[in-house]
Amino acid sequence: MELSGADILCRSLAEEGVKYLFGYPGGAVLHIYDAIYKQDKVEHILVRHEQAATHAADGYARSTGKTGVVLVTSGPGATNAVTGIATAYMDSIPMVVITGQVPTNMIGNDAFQEVDSVGITRPCVKHNFLVKDVRDLAETIKKAFHIASTGRPGPVLIDIPKDVTADKTEYHYPESVDIRSYHPVSKGHPRQIKHAVEMMLEAKRPVLYTGGGVVLDNASHYLIELAQKLNIPVTNTLMGLGAYPATERQFLGMLGMHGTYEANMSMHHTDLLIAIGARFDDRVTGNIEKFCPDARIIHVDVDPASISKNVSVDVPIVGTVSNVLKEMLLLLKELEQPAEQKEALVEWWKQIDEWRAMDCLKFTQGDEVIKPQYVVQKLWEITQGDAFVTSDVGQHQMFAAQYYKFDKPRRWINSGGLGTMGFGLPAAMGVQLAHPDETVACITGEGSIQMNIQELSTCLQYSLPIKVISLNNRYLGMVRQWQEFFYQSRYSMSYMDALPDFSALAESYGHVGMRIEKPADVEGALIEAMALKDRLVFMDFVTDQTENVYPMIPAGAGLNEMILV
Amino acid sequence: MRHIISILLENEAGALSRVAGLFSARGYNITSLTVAATEDPSLSRMTLVTSGSDQVIEQITKQLNKLIEVVKLIDLTEGKHVERELMLIKVAVAEPSVRDEVKRLVDIFRGNVIDVTATAYTIELTGPSDKLEAFIAALADVKILETVRSGVSGIARGGKSLHI
Repeated sequence: MELSGADILCRSLAEEGVKYLFGYPGGAVLHIYDAIYKQDKVEHILVRHEQAATHAADGYARSTGKTGVVLVTSGPGATNAVTGIATAYMDSIPMVVITGQVPTNMIGNDAFQEVDSVGITRPCVKHNFLVKDVRDLAETIKKAFHIASTGRPGPVLIDIPKDVTADKTEYHYPESVDIRSYHPVSKGHPRQIKHAVEMMLEAKRPVLYTGGGVVLDNASHYLIELAQKLNIPVTNTLMGLGAYPATERQFLGMLGMHGTYEANMSMHHTDLLIAIGARFDDRVTGNIEKFCPDARIIHVDVDPASISKNVSVDVPIVGTVSNVLKEMLLLLKELEQPAEQKEALVEWWKQIDEWRAMDCLKFTQGDEVIKPQYVVQKLWEITQGDAFVTSDVGQHQMFAAQYYKFDKPRRWINSGGLGTMGFGLPAAMGVQLAHPDETVACITGEGSIQMNIQELSTCLQYSLPIKVISLNNRYLGMVRQWQEFFYQSRYSMSYMDALPDFSALAESYGHVGMRIEKPADVEGALIEAMALKDRLVFMDFVTDQTENVYPMIPAGAGLNEMILV
Repeated sequence: MRHIISILLENEAGALSRVAGLFSARGYNITSLTVAATEDPSLSRMTLVTSGSDQVIEQITKQLNKLIEVVKLIDLTEGKHVERELMLIKVAVAEPSVRDEVKRLVDIFRGNVIDVTATAYTIELTGPSDKLEAFIAALADVKILETVRSGVSGIARGGKSLHI
């Protein structure tokens, strides 16, 4: 039977098991929206801005491991989606974005709502396609899902001109695709793995430094097994939080610019750095010249280009994190941990415990002003550490990463690489749709939340009972902090003037609004909000304006040169 | 150091801009770039001359390999190879003495004069880039009206070949 391009798209998405399609209609995608209307396999979620569609699909993908799917129109629909595509690209999130395009005969003529979507997105997608013939459509969709979800995952864009969605052809969805130029490596090199394991059994002061790759590859249980078998301390990057249980003894906390004292000091003094699914980001390494001066480095990553990019490594292993860790564990089954190493590790842990005793995340909550850390800590207690937490970008993001102790992977959803303000609320929508019975909290600030606040409307339409925790300090806190430290407190444009009454605003969107001003009210308010299971609650916490994120490694400094208070 | 990277890529619209975009986005140098279809019309062969430290070149080859449309690549400078570049150069030859001098130089460099007018010669010259540069230097006082260079094409010596 012949089907139109629009019907083929819907059928193909259903074949891929797509449950939700996040999007916004427009001229170039009208055929597609008509096809959506006539089917019931894929549910379309109507956002209020295309950027939110990409973040919602992203949140869905991060919390489930499945590919998030977006549909937007040509021109401004596509350009609005770019921020979300770039966000997913930087954090290696599997996503397929379908953009409408003007009809093929008008491409290049500056037609109404025409933009070169493939050209604009080329630097921030894993791959993209322009489908010029309806006969190529089904196979292109198959390829897009394959590329997005394999190797190092990432967003893939399919640009479909309007006439292609109307044209008809015989529908056949391929079972599989083979792309001759795309065969990502999945098995690590056996000799390199053996070499790495030998080094792990020799090290006196080893550290496991693990990132988002462990989460993306669902390899958390292997990491836990490896770390506990050898009694090696673990630190996670911002993207890797939850891959190792934060409340477990061997966890040192996050590392890097706002990492813990014990994590950063361990990095500085380690003799063997075992990097797994992490990419030596500048926010992690600080000054490269001063990075891990005494360490030999093992680096496991699915992307060969991530290895020896910023820091040259001694043992590179290209492969999926789970495959490589599985092989390492197999080898370790046959090998005995040398007594010498066990002794050395006792010393190493003694040293680490001394660093830990600094208690670098301590803070004092007085009676007058709410400390942002206190809100996050209470949220963690009240949700028993089991909520899905999304965040925006800035101080509140760092407080969330430091004080919400994630014990499970895929619970911490934030824009790490691109640092996209406005990510938190729409991402939370995707998470809540994927996990309707779980608690989803969006930790945000009064700056970030205003970048996508229109999504409160989407939340009402789909009854998404997200708990918005806004840490409102009337400043762009992270900007203010840098201005205080490095620009002699000249607070240029970091003050958020003319703020709305967020509680009333939330109410006007049909949600529950709360404004919390006193420390004594924090716990009660959180308990009350969590009890409202089926309502979105916007909690506007009026927090300390002068609070800074500590520890902090200033630009150009090494990991052992932290500012502690 | 100078490297010649030879790439087989899908002969598709946009593949070239992916490569060019990668170089500009990541701040890598391109000295020259040539591309055309091969005997297999589904494949293009690109020769790219770049320079950088070993670490930069390693990143360049890794990043190129990540592009979905790149089928295969080699760094020709890692082994024995031949490189050639075509130059078309137009010089002013109104004076008879200049005419003679240019003709002599063209013979020495084994080039051809492919177009002649009363005032100008157009010369075709093929060779490694440094030979073309030596020719330009040898022209010394001769007035050059126009220079067109194809960029380097390269291929490995012996039986080794880049194919799928």
